[in-house]
Amino acid sequence: MTFDIYDFSGLTQSIDKGLKASMSPGWTLLTEFVIIGLIFLIFYAILGLFLVYAERKVCAFIQNRIGPNRVGPLGIFQTIADLIKLLMKELIPIKNADKLLFNIAPFIVIIASFMAIAAIPFAKGLHAIDFNIGIFYIIAVSSLGVVGILLAGWSSNSKYSLIGAMRSGAQVISYELSIGLSLLTIVVFAGTMQLSGIVESQANGWWIFKGHIPAVIAFVVFLIASTAETNRGPFDLAEAESELTAGFHTEYSGIKFAFFFLAEFMNMFIVASIAATVFLGGWMPLHFGVDNAFNRIMDYIPPIVWFFGKTGTVILIMMWFKWTFPRLRIDQLLTLEWKYLLPINLLNIVVVAFLTLMGWHF
Amino acid sequence: MQEEIVKNIILGEDDDYIINVGPQHPSTHGVLRFEVSLQGETIKKVVPHCGYIHRGIEKMCERDTYPQIIHLTDRMDYLSAHMNNEAVCLCVEKALEVEVPERVTYIRTILDELNRIASHQLWWSAMGMDMGALTTFFYGLRDREKILDIFEESFGTRLIQSVNAPGGLMQDIHTGFQKRIKEFIRYFRKKLPEYDQLLTGNVIFRERTEGIAKLSLEDAIQYGVTGPSGRASGFSCDIRKIEPYGTYPKVDFKEILHTEGDTITRYKVRIEEMYESMNILEQLVDNIPAGDYSAKMKAVLRLPVGEFYQRVETARGELGVYIVSDGNKSPYRIKFRAPNFSNLFIISKLAVGYKIADLIAISGSLDLVIPDIDR
Amino acid sequence: MDSIILTHQLGGLLPEAVFPENKQYSEVIVPADRLHAFCESLKTTPNLLFDYLISLTAVDWKDHFIMVYHITSTKYRHTVVVKTPINSREHPVVDTLSDIWKTAEFHEREVYDLFGISFRNHPDLRRLFLDDDYGYPLRKDFTDESRMIVK
Repeated sequence: MTFDIYDFSGLTQSIDKGLKASMSPGWTLLTEFVIIGLIFLIFYAILGLFLVYAERKVCAFIQNRIGPNRVGPLGIFQTIADLIKLLMKELIPIKNADKLLFNIAPFIVIIASFMAIAAIPFAKGLHAIDFNIGIFYIIAVSSLGVVGILLAGWSSNSKYSLIGAMRSGAQVISYELSIGLSLLTIVVFAGTMQLSGIVESQANGWWIFKGHIPAVIAFVVFLIASTAETNRGPFDLAEAESELTAGFHTEYSGIKFAFFFLAEFMNMFIVASIAATVFLGGWMPLHFGVDNAFNRIMDYIPPIVWFFGKTGTVILIMMWFKWTFPRLRIDQLLTLEWKYLLPINLLNIVVVAFLTLMGWHF
Repeated sequence: MQEEIVKNIILGEDDDYIINVGPQHPSTHGVLRFEVSLQGETIKKVVPHCGYIHRGIEKMCERDTYPQIIHLTDRMDYLSAHMNNEAVCLCVEKALEVEVPERVTYIRTILDELNRIASHQLWWSAMGMDMGALTTFFYGLRDREKILDIFEESFGTRLIQSVNAPGGLMQDIHTGFQKRIKEFIRYFRKKLPEYDQLLTGNVIFRERTEGIAKLSLEDAIQYGVTGPSGRASGFSCDIRKIEPYGTYPKVDFKEILHTEGDTITRYKVRIEEMYESMNILEQLVDNIPAGDYSAKMKAVLRLPVGEFYQRVETARGELGVYIVSDGNKSPYRIKFRAPNFSNLFIISKLAVGYKIADLIAISGSLDLVIPDIDR
Repeated sequence: MDSIILTHQLGGLLPEAVFPENKQYSEVIVPADRLHAFCESLKTTPNLLFDYLISLTAVDWKDHFIMVYHITSTKYRHTVVVKTPINSREHPVVDTLSDIWKTAEFHEREVYDLFGISFRNHPDLRRLFLDDDYGYPLRKDFTDESRMIVK
């Protein structure tokens, strides 16, 4: 099927064999856990730093100004400076706050996003887990983040936090429906929930082209729903600075606030990478049909570059939304989901099922 | 479900869930406190509390001489600083029956209109920012910088020009003044349609402002809501047409009147006023007559015994200056009828039944400047 | 309406009114007990229709207060200045006009705050800007050594 794309599973198998040769299988497993965990932690942190810097530069470009340009060449160390500042801030303890829940809440949000990142294929064979129910797993796990938000708002013992958390909870739970349903359209097309299977099935063209109209509708709905799910862009009422101070994370300071902040950016990365994987081909280069000269040329660009390029484009679109549009009110937000996006989604799935049955897609 | 959770958990026996918006809040544009009583997300009652920036300007004016009180009026509605100054100067000149040179009236009116455009630009920036479209803040201020550059070049200051004195101006304009204004008009006419593209036509913005907080004509007159907020409800209150002063009798401009009275209409009136102000500037800028920049006034001004009232149209509404004089160097009593004072209290009626997010939109559309309320 | 005709008509409404000389607007001095009825008829009389209260304030003339109301008509564009003397300094009271013009409610609160003049039948007479124990700053006999600079 695919051509000369380097398969990382060769590398991972050889590491596994090497470890097994020197240790018992139990220890090997543990060592592999530690290695993978470390790699992901470092990746998470670096990506977070990079995304915050990118957001500030994109925001500045849209607003006709320069953005960070003092700390380091072109301001690339700005985020590190901010991180050091946040680490040195006092962790203000709240009187009458539920201490256990108050401290756990940021961790729950981070854990949820970690679990989701583990399933995403970055290149052929380069992923931590490859369930045969990949998409189902991702949707399930990213719902765990809501618990963290609600706990944060509740345990802060502050009216503003509570209102923010309630709004955010209602918003996230509603939009998860749309995300799941729009991903389901591609699952119906591809016939499998396994993420590597979905990517392989796009070897002769990305689903957004092969699936024509229903896939484009699903993509647009997914973009809107995922912006709302991650509390970003025109749907950031929960943390609307000009209305309710900072919403559910008003009372957090220092490293805990950094966790929420980081988790928001990583969630954005996760939904962008899911969009890239499911609709835009993941690490698969741009192919039209099978085995022609165009495809061979496209194959020369390494898959990792394709993956990050596509994810980067979707992230750019999401940032563009945030800095252009005003905010939606909470009832307008929920109306959008329940009265518009959900019926469109359901209709779309029926159409897609019919199309797949008839074979009327590329 | 949301309201029940909130009531059972937080309130105990209280019926109302009370939030304070302000006095420190990014959206109230000054120190003003709204005590909002909520049911879930819906507002049941709004009570504004002012007085955080009350400085006793009227009492201070009873101690200072007439040329000195002009500089206190700058600090009331600081975005229409020149118009406040002009109001006091006109009142004093009316009392002394002084004829100012025509050059002075032209320059004063030009500065009025520049102040009006600058004030509306800042209003647009802040309104977009409060609604969440943070980019509008930068676009509006970028254009406002052009006007502030003109002021800085001519008078040395940006926001508060302080160039008025009873009898005329304190200094003449420099030779490049007219050229700069014409450059600005050319630049801004191209940029103003961008404002419509960015915010006015946006579906989200329209959803949040159309049909929200309708102010009826009856209420506008009863509560004395003047300025663009009143004209959006059909209240024809433009003092430049009713009791013209300066060069307004000679200039041809429309009074922008709409009838719907909701938030987006108040928004549209201000955008259209910016176009009209540019029209007025174009008619005046080339025709400034030569002459003195001030009439000859005595060193110490004493107004004759009596009472004098002057009405002026600032960017926010009708400013009235009422001077009671007993023949001394200082006024016996001076009263400023501030436009924002009357515009503020309509919020208690407009915001009931809407959500908190709407309260921000409504107070943004009313365009309040708090030091004017408290004086 | 022309100011001479206006003066004549106002005189017809209230024979006890006094019409001092004023170059700018028509002025009428009304005794305090007839103020409310007079203002009602100002608003409701068909060819007067004074519906917009521009400004409401008070002036302290050391032995008495004078309330000053500037009222105009949005239909006929004529303006009148209504004045009412209040003779008591210890307990100055006058009728409220907030049931005729709603904006009077807030201007009267300001006058109460700064002068100490009470308004009968006012729906919510509280101080607006200052603390409850501040005194009445705009009165001519108000002194505050720590906050006022006197020349």
